[in-house]
Amino acid sequence: MNATPHEPAAVHVEIIVDVPLDHAFTVFTEQFDQIKPREHNLLPVPIERTVLEPRAGGTIHDIGTDGSICTWARVLAYEPPDRLVFSWDIDPRWQIEPDPARTSEVEVRFIAETPDRTQVVLEHRNLDRHGEGWQNFTSLDRGNGWPLYLARYRDITTQTAVNTSASAGS
Amino acid sequence: MTVDPWYALGDPTRRRVFAQLAHGPCSVTEIARHLPVSRPAVSQHLRVLLDARLVDVRPQGRLRLYQVRPDGLAQLRNELESYWNQTLTTFKDVAEQTYAATTPTMQEADTP
Repeated sequence: MNATPHEPAAVHVEIIVDVPLDHAFTVFTEQFDQIKPREHNLLPVPIERTVLEPRAGGTIHDIGTDGSICTWARVLAYEPPDRLVFSWDIDPRWQIEPDPARTSEVEVRFIAETPDRTQVVLEHRNLDRHGEGWQNFTSLDRGNGWPLYLARYRDITTQTAVNTSASAGS
Repeated sequence: MTVDPWYALGDPTRRRVFAQLAHGPCSVTEIARHLPVSRPAVSQHLRVLLDARLVDVRPQGRLRLYQVRPDGLAQLRNELESYWNQTLTTFKDVAEQTYAATTPTMQEADTP
């Protein structure tokens, strides 16, 4: 059901909320802990809470039930009530990516539609910077590596098979 | 002609060729060096992988370098799209609930 992506290395998601602009921004940044899906936990223990430090240069980190910390984003822009940008330091296998050059970024914009209604537009872009992340399955040639990798191809190949007329040649 | 990628990777030798490429772009000679397979045989396997659209080839100097196609991006996009959709849906719930709670007089605005 995806629309044709105009930018293949980005994901766009948006929603309308029936609250004023200020409230929307405040909830997103102050209660990020509540709204972030928890199933992709990078810590070995359950997440106690998630902290979003409300300033450029801050971080977003999960705190585990044993006190351990997983920092998975850097706050790049904090401009209440309009805009929030943070990095995504997680590689395609949902592990921490230590090299900032290989991270993507998420921009969240808050736009007042009416005094009581706000549009929230989220763009997760520069996904191609994760580049080789999904190609470096070192166990690809044995064990679980390659079927996993191939599963990632199934969708795309069925899609491309439709509009491929001549892939041979050259 | 398009080859089914499942068929293409059904062959163990082709899987090893593919795995080799997954570590980084390689020429036929480099692949053959790492595997107990002749260069012509490697070329044959690469042809099948190309037809299955699992790999790409690009010229570099006098070499032809083979590499895994970067289409894993599509899967990553799907995962993230679902992640952020879930986030925004929860966000809407929380934002609207907390707003209603902080508003002493209930909104006249019709509730959906």
